[in-house]
Amino acid sequence: MSNVFVVSGSPHVHGDYSVKKIMWGVVLALVPAMLVSFWYFGIGAISITLVAVSSCLFFEYVIQKYFLKQEVTVSDGSAVITGVLLAFNVPSNLPIWMMIIGSFVAIVIAKMSYGGLGKNPFNPALIGRVFLLIAFPVDMTSWPLPIVNRTVLCDAVTGPTSLGILKEGISKGESVSTLASNLPAYTDLFIGNMGGSLGEVSAIALIIGGLYMLFKKIITWHIPVSYILTVFVFTGILNLVNPEIYIDPVFHLLTGGLMLGAIFMATDMVTSPMSYKGMLVFGIGCGVLTALIRIWGAYPEGVSFAILIMNTTVPLINKGFKPKQFGEVNK
Amino acid sequence: MKTFNLGGVHPEENKLSGNSPIKVCSIPTTVSIPLAQNLGAASVPIVAKGEKVKVGQLIAKGEAFISSNIHSSVSGTVLKIDDIMDASGYRKKAIIINVEGDEWLEEIDRSADIKREISYNKGEIVSIVKDSGVVGLGGATFPTQVKLMVPEGKKAEYLIINGVECEPYLTSDHRLMLEKGEELLIGISILMKALDVSKALIGIENNKQDAIANLKKLAVNYKGIEVHELQVKYPQGGEKQLIKALINREVPSGKLPIEVGCVVNNVGTAFAVYEAVQKKKPLIERVVTITGKTVKNPSNYMVRIGTPLSFLLSEADSMPEGTGKVINGGPMMGKALTTLEIPVVKGMSGVVIMPEGEAKRPNAYNCIRCGKCISACPMGLEPYLIALMSEQNKFESCEGERVMDCMECGSCSFTCPSGRPLLDMIRVSKNKVSQIIRLRSNK
Ligand code: SF4
Ligand code: SF4
Repeated sequence: MSNVFVVSGSPHVHGDYSVKKIMWGVVLALVPAMLVSFWYFGIGAISITLVAVSSCLFFEYVIQKYFLKQEVTVSDGSAVITGVLLAFNVPSNLPIWMMIIGSFVAIVIAKMSYGGLGKNPFNPALIGRVFLLIAFPVDMTSWPLPIVNRTVLCDAVTGPTSLGILKEGISKGESVSTLASNLPAYTDLFIGNMGGSLGEVSAIALIIGGLYMLFKKIITWHIPVSYILTVFVFTGILNLVNPEIYIDPVFHLLTGGLMLGAIFMATDMVTSPMSYKGMLVFGIGCGVLTALIRIWGAYPEGVSFAILIMNTTVPLINKGFKPKQFGEVNK
Repeated sequence: MKTFNLGGVHPEENKLSGNSPIKVCSIPTTVSIPLAQNLGAASVPIVAKGEKVKVGQLIAKGEAFISSNIHSSVSGTVLKIDDIMDASGYRKKAIIINVEGDEWLEEIDRSADIKREISYNKGEIVSIVKDSGVVGLGGATFPTQVKLMVPEGKKAEYLIINGVECEPYLTSDHRLMLEKGEELLIGISILMKALDVSKALIGIENNKQDAIANLKKLAVNYKGIEVHELQVKYPQGGEKQLIKALINREVPSGKLPIEVGCVVNNVGTAFAVYEAVQKKKPLIERVVTITGKTVKNPSNYMVRIGTPLSFLLSEADSMPEGTGKVINGGPMMGKALTTLEIPVVKGMSGVVIMPEGEAKRPNAYNCIRCGKCISACPMGLEPYLIALMSEQNKFESCEGERVMDCMECGSCSFTCPSGRPLLDMIRVSKNKVSQIIRLRSNK
């Protein structure tokens, strides 16, 4: 019997939680939408996803091992999430080398340069995406049509996104009702049969992933629900005011990566507020900004910018909206 | 079912010794009875080297207001009064007694008869409790008589009895509620009389159905005592959480339960009060759980105070190969011991033996700002933030974040997916902040 015992402060047991479990749980939640993207966009989607994930892993590994010389934690799954989310946010015919640059920006600049997982103020995948959008606006906005492009890698048959059609049309003075015939049916929007970036198309697959994360307590309902509801209410009111210029709110919910953003990007725990109250404020902020950008901004789609802008307010929100403390009410 | 609403976690229960009846541990050849066994001032010895003592004889007096008497747990000769290592890891004064026979003071009633009738008034009860050295046996070891003296201007409405035992592994309170139910209820009635309250609520988590059934059945004959079943959630045994769960009142920050009309006592304490008042038996022994996944027979022992832990463990045959950690108390709030050569004291409710594999902590990584520590904190603090400020030596900010409200329950560290030792950093901050507060009030 040895008498040398480990001495450390309490607690002496630890819960069954780990960063790995959380992150791989998110990856699992992304699988349904990933499969849908493979179904609609075929080989292009598969290669883009593979390239994004492997370059994110590669960059993180190299930085941790050779530059920061710290423990390599690529197996925690967070770089995989960034890779998948970045792939979800681009068209399936994006040239491979652009994808690699996007991954570099996301991992090296938006994540590791701040000190790695947990220290980055912005969602890395969104930074990668916005960088690509600004650097390669043409390639980033030519959207392959679903199904017909399954077997093509580049040079796909492309068309605009639903939100793009709408924005174009409205700015040319056409009315919603005349544009409606060019827009996909709601059932198509719901299952994902539309042009768009890989992961944004299928609302149903994203919602399934979201429910899984809720069930596994990886996320709470606060951000997605407040975000989606805000967009619904905001665009709903405008639609009531003038349905000829402002399309109905359901359309807004099913397009432009709103579900992807609200369920997977805004909920990124590193870059969202800590308290439930703060999360609600954050979700509402994202919702308002998204609607503002979509309706009056220059871009047809506002989710990425809305979330990035709200990311900057997180420290402030954390200061202003503290969790409820014990002994507060009975004063 | 009732529980507290803010925070809380669900550690694995591992109540391995729940079905094992209380055994009596034999008496060692020497005992070391520390003078500092209660919260507050240490007791002052009144025996000298070479003096003969009997079981139950007063050997050290609690002279300060918050202090407690200490009695000999054995009969024999005082060998010396010397510094020994105690559970705190520091060397402290203790009375060391060589055991000779087992001769008790005459007036102590050692029969198993249950004495129901309470023949003392309020003041008498308080002074008997004080004389008998009863302290809070849940682990806090606050002198019980002090709790019974309700401060001027305050009024106690409820006596709350803590039978929650929310720490994983520990079962000493559970066994007491099963085996000494009647005595416990009489003890509670005595406390009610001393406090002048008409209602006592016993809170028990619903993982102890047998104890709940037993006390519910017995309580029918006792006026004003109610047994409440509570949902299992750690740390429900915290005073503030228990009060919240039972009567939905929140004790304000920095205040005592009496602020909301409550006095909280542990079941072990109520039993000790019964023995002191009805049997004239001072606090000289207590129930200690010896348990752990690698322990052959996890059990509960009635142990004389001052018995060396190593003696108890060898009697229990519970020092398995490959032990990596020995914890005084439960795994959430207990203290890791450096040595087994320490005496059993009033505040020791159990010892958990952990194998080497479980003794290590998880590796710590960056905070991923997941907020799990916040949702786990029963006091509604932001552990990640306090820990961060503590690392950066910003102790004034820690104070502003109400670090002193932290009850050191460990839920935050338990829950953190990044394995961050949050409570370690918070403890550092609590120490510093209490220094700052002390300095300020000295000015
Ligand atoms: S140890 Fe303190 S900070 Fe951590 S959960 Fe418990 S009360 Fe909150
Ligand atoms: S639980 Fe750990 S990782 Fe999560 S916010 Fe708290 S300290 Fe950070």
